[in-house]
Amino acid sequence: MALFDKFRQIADAREALARLGEDPFRATIERILSPTEAIVNGRPMILAGTNNYLGLTLDTQCIEAAVRALREEGTGTTGSRMANGSYSGHVALEKDLADFFGRRWCVVFSTGYVANLGLLSALTGPGDVILIDADCHASIYDGCRMSGAEVIRFRHNDVGDLDKRLRRLGERRANALIIVEGIYSTLGDRAPLAEVAAVKQEHGACLLVDEAHSLGVLGERGRGLSEESDVESSVDFIVGTFSKSLGATGGFCVSDHPEAELIRYGSRPYIFTASPCPAVIASTRAALNRLRIEPELRVLLWNNARQLYRSLQEMGFRLGPEVSPIVAARFEQREEAIGLWNALLDQGVYVNMILPPAAPDGGSLLRCSATAAHTPDQIDRICKAFATARALT
Amino acid sequence: MSHYESILSQLYEILGPYTPDGHSLSEDTEFIADLGLDSMKVMQLLLDTEERFDISIPLNIIPDVRTVGHFARCLQQLVDRG
Repeated sequence: MALFDKFRQIADAREALARLGEDPFRATIERILSPTEAIVNGRPMILAGTNNYLGLTLDTQCIEAAVRALREEGTGTTGSRMANGSYSGHVALEKDLADFFGRRWCVVFSTGYVANLGLLSALTGPGDVILIDADCHASIYDGCRMSGAEVIRFRHNDVGDLDKRLRRLGERRANALIIVEGIYSTLGDRAPLAEVAAVKQEHGACLLVDEAHSLGVLGERGRGLSEESDVESSVDFIVGTFSKSLGATGGFCVSDHPEAELIRYGSRPYIFTASPCPAVIASTRAALNRLRIEPELRVLLWNNARQLYRSLQEMGFRLGPEVSPIVAARFEQREEAIGLWNALLDQGVYVNMILPPAAPDGGSLLRCSATAAHTPDQIDRICKAFATARALT
Repeated sequence: MSHYESILSQLYEILGPYTPDGHSLSEDTEFIADLGLDSMKVMQLLLDTEERFDISIPLNIIPDVRTVGHFARCLQQLVDRG
């Protein structure tokens, strides 16, 4: 078999997509006009498919911090922290995050994907057991695979199923690691974290919560679902990313575990990846500060999320199970989703399209995300575009 | 009937809805080449099998399992482990 024979199925799927309109995986954002508007494929577009929840990507304070770091420290670090040393910004950001979460320890990774690979591959290994929610992100699946631990999936948000699988482990359950997410990235639903934490405590297992989509979104101080559910003391590890609410790129883990610092020394994805560049670290620190001192950004975000969810719901779209900044319209037939996605582009609205097998239950999704930077008028235009697009398809 | 044969027999029952019309199952039947299972169907098959045998099937074993007979032997080990 030739090397590229395995791509035949993908090539067929791409050709089928191209026959139905624009290739969604090749949409080019040619010019950014604001956190919510851009020129896409030559046309002005409202951006309703970002993860820019707090709208901070063009924030003046964040940009100025990044520019200052760029001028003073250069464009890149050109190596990993283990081999080439840490910049003071790396250390300062780790302290900022540890303080923000009220934890003893933090490690920063170069991306959110690498955060899960780096943590899971170092923390767990052959002989350990990891129980993951079926809808966990690919980075969690890949980190589990890299660890060599035994990986068991439990039904999405089904605490009874998690409890049953922990019981089956017998004595091994005391050394098991449970992984859930604050907000799941495709449907926008939350983990039933209070119940998960209670089951974790009952069995004496460890709990990791990925707050990638819930940092800055949930909780009185924006610390995520763990804070909102009042179970932070039961959560052993929190993983997150800078590429959503914080408007940059990178990832982190915080913990109170007394030996957590050792993870840094056993994590190949940490050791062998170039460290985040100074501008990213500087803008992330500025964005974390904005998140911390401006809870009104969360109020704006949730007002927009509620408006978007309720309007699409009233129009009869089948959505995820709860109001969230991630608003996903669900379709059984992929052709329906593809047709509507193309019609939305024609109406000047860019959303994310998720096709099988990436969407839960084998269906297809048009995934929208609200941000604090959208105006109520833009949310209204997004909803009207959905109505017009549906009428045209 | 041996323990293995009992597991294989139950596995044939579980695989009924996944088997194309006119196709007969054997230990050599391949999940992808013969039954045409995609990743979504594989995950559903795992859930069905876990329910039937009251076990958890580690995801780690999936990439190596190609045939029904191999899967039955993996299940036997998991059932025996308890």
